[in-house]
Amino acid sequence: MTDALKRPHLRNPILPLRLPTLPPAARSRAALGLSAAIAEGRFDLQTCHDCGQVQYPPRDACANCLSVRLTWKPVSGRGELISETLLHHSNELYYRERVPLRLGLVRLAEGVTMLTHLHGDCPKANADAPPPVRVRAHLDKAGQATLIALPATDTPNMADDRMLREMTSDPKFRKVLVTDGKSATGQALVKAFVDAGADIVWAGVAEPWKQPPGFDAIAKLPKVTIVPLELTDGRSVEELAGSIGGKVDILVNNAEFHRNHGIADRRGVESARAEMDINYFGLMRLAQSFGPALRARAAEGSVPATAWVNILSIYALSALPGQGTFSASKAAAFSLSQTLRAEMRSAGIRVVNVFPGPIDDEWNQLVPPPKLAPAALAKSVVKALQDGVEDIYPGDVAQDLFAKWRESAKVLEREMWDQ
Amino acid sequence: MTAAAYRGVVVAAPVSIPYVRYSTKDAHWFLARALSALLKASGLTKDALDGLGVSSFTLFPDTAVGLTQHLGLSPRWLDHLPYGGASGVIALRRAARAVQCGDASVVACVAGDTNHVDSFRLNLANFSRFARDAVYPLGSGGPNGNFALLTSHYMQRTGAQPEDFGKLCVAQRDNALRFPSALFRKPLTLTEYVNARPIADPLKLFDCVMPCAGAEGFLVMSEDRARHLRIPYARILGTIERHNAFPGDTIQVRGGWAMDQDHLYSQAGFGPPDIDLFEAYDDYPVINCLQLEGLGFCREGEAPAFIRNNTFTIGGTLPFNTSGGQLSLGQAGAAGGFLGLVQALRQVTGQAKNTQVANARHALVSGFGMINYDRGLCTGAAILGRA
Repeated sequence: MTDALKRPHLRNPILPLRLPTLPPAARSRAALGLSAAIAEGRFDLQTCHDCGQVQYPPRDACANCLSVRLTWKPVSGRGELISETLLHHSNELYYRERVPLRLGLVRLAEGVTMLTHLHGDCPKANADAPPPVRVRAHLDKAGQATLIALPATDTPNMADDRMLREMTSDPKFRKVLVTDGKSATGQALVKAFVDAGADIVWAGVAEPWKQPPGFDAIAKLPKVTIVPLELTDGRSVEELAGSIGGKVDILVNNAEFHRNHGIADRRGVESARAEMDINYFGLMRLAQSFGPALRARAAEGSVPATAWVNILSIYALSALPGQGTFSASKAAAFSLSQTLRAEMRSAGIRVVNVFPGPIDDEWNQLVPPPKLAPAALAKSVVKALQDGVEDIYPGDVAQDLFAKWRESAKVLEREMWDQ
Repeated sequence: MTAAAYRGVVVAAPVSIPYVRYSTKDAHWFLARALSALLKASGLTKDALDGLGVSSFTLFPDTAVGLTQHLGLSPRWLDHLPYGGASGVIALRRAARAVQCGDASVVACVAGDTNHVDSFRLNLANFSRFARDAVYPLGSGGPNGNFALLTSHYMQRTGAQPEDFGKLCVAQRDNALRFPSALFRKPLTLTEYVNARPIADPLKLFDCVMPCAGAEGFLVMSEDRARHLRIPYARILGTIERHNAFPGDTIQVRGGWAMDQDHLYSQAGFGPPDIDLFEAYDDYPVINCLQLEGLGFCREGEAPAFIRNNTFTIGGTLPFNTSGGQLSLGQAGAAGGFLGLVQALRQVTGQAKNTQVANARHALVSGFGMINYDRGLCTGAAILGRA
């Protein structure tokens, strides 16, 4: 049985800070398909369009019929543990720091043999009667797909397994900063992180005199600390980073400026500029002030710095003309987040992008349902961190638009005209 | 259909360039020394080599092609052999047909690798596409992890005990004590073997080959040429090779030998009882077991009992890896795939000195190479006969 994760001790300041290292990240282009699927939470394997054969490792052609028409399809992950070993050494720095390492060969129900990490609660491999296991794909610290076999049924404290935790960003015992803790979404996020066992949740507030409904109760929650943070002001961001930047393990960039405008029917760029100042430049200011310390602490202790979350919008993928400037600012932030992800990768900090549909808040009053409740959004953010997923599309509208976008961005663009 | 006999073709001039744990030289240096040693052993000049077969992992960015200019050779027949542990047997088969058909008259077969302080790790990281995509990222760089999985499964399936593997390792070390250039020249006891530090359960230290630098080589030519040169030579009585055998097996429980052993022995005209010594590919003991089974010394899964009933030393029953094998000499990259063949050639030509097996008429050599993903893909075997 997995030992429950213990609250980490304070770091002994005279001991050297462990520098982040990464598992090997090189992959063939075909193998990146596995990473791309699991980044969005799907465990897909290459499947031959012509003969239906499922194969692994990924190839450029079907090993059964030589067809090159290969597609990625979801698999169950059910399999049997054929053999296992405990590695006491590794040639790679990242694993040298993490041996002994339990690895196994699993025969998947789909008929492929996979080398996987083994969760500590997996039964011992047995050549005569291989025990059932569930294989899961996850992103590793390098941001690439890796595999881990879990026991057939859930066990207590399962998420606290040493190797599984390398692939996830569970908020438990972590210190979290939520920018704009006052908005409906911000309040829901603060509460969700407290409920998920976070050690401290800092709620950034820009205008201390404003006291929206519910905020008082949130501010009084144990573990919650209110901190001043004005994203349009570089000095404010710097000051907060100077005070808590060396402690933040998860940063949730939730602040947004949201107006309901197109562009041709009005004059001036002021509100569009205000949207960019928070939604786009705000992200950049945060990245410059908090990014370096987050990266530096990515391997510190048992609960290291782990993730950066951006609350974007599904309209970052395809503009909603009625909220054209807002969509554009979120698209700009999305593009910037891809650079942030590339830069955070060197330390294994996961950048999670959240693409919600319309949230049920004051700025979407005239948007017809379904709308996403702030609490539902917050719950999906926590789950994405616990599951180690990179991109999520919470809510029915986001799911619908994302499916359409994947199918054809050009078709969706036309459909958005009438939204 | 049985392959045509290797009539009129012989193999000669076994050479080994002594192994070192690490080297500052490149693979080219080791291969040059092997070629030079072949010339010295045969009395041939460089111009007489009109065929060249090369196997090396660390020759990159060169291949056999670059080596011709590097060493000033102009062969009319050239072969690059990326078969790792099976490269010796395969080099022999290719070269023998080339000589037999007149495409070359003297083929120098060489294998060698350097071992820089960091070259093993770099080689592992890019060993194959499947290894890079699906093995190395999990921390299981190199063959230790893979052979641990095969060994664990083999032990559960057959009841093999650590002492069974240990007996082979200790016997090989006994043999190595008579071989002057073995890197491991300290006697090994079964207790030391069993109590060694764990590497990848169930593998312990003495189950694993040590990467090193070195080279091996031999010549293939017509019997007339060898007789004219007045050098000892051996006949090629049969050869097999196979790649990616039994792809449907969930885990590797047998190699290609199991598919092809009948073909091998029908070429030779005799079977395992007439084999006087066996040079197997021994990077890990479990693979010795698959070779003993696949080449007909016992049935599948019965190697442990076979090991208990034999001694494997030079003076014992079924002399096995008579120079000490890779487990005692080290694994000089692709040269590990030549080592058994070169030693077998010494044995049947009476040049094995302190390791000489009495009345060695038929030597079986087997190769195993290239853990591409979860199993070794290349297998081969050859029987050399005293001329």
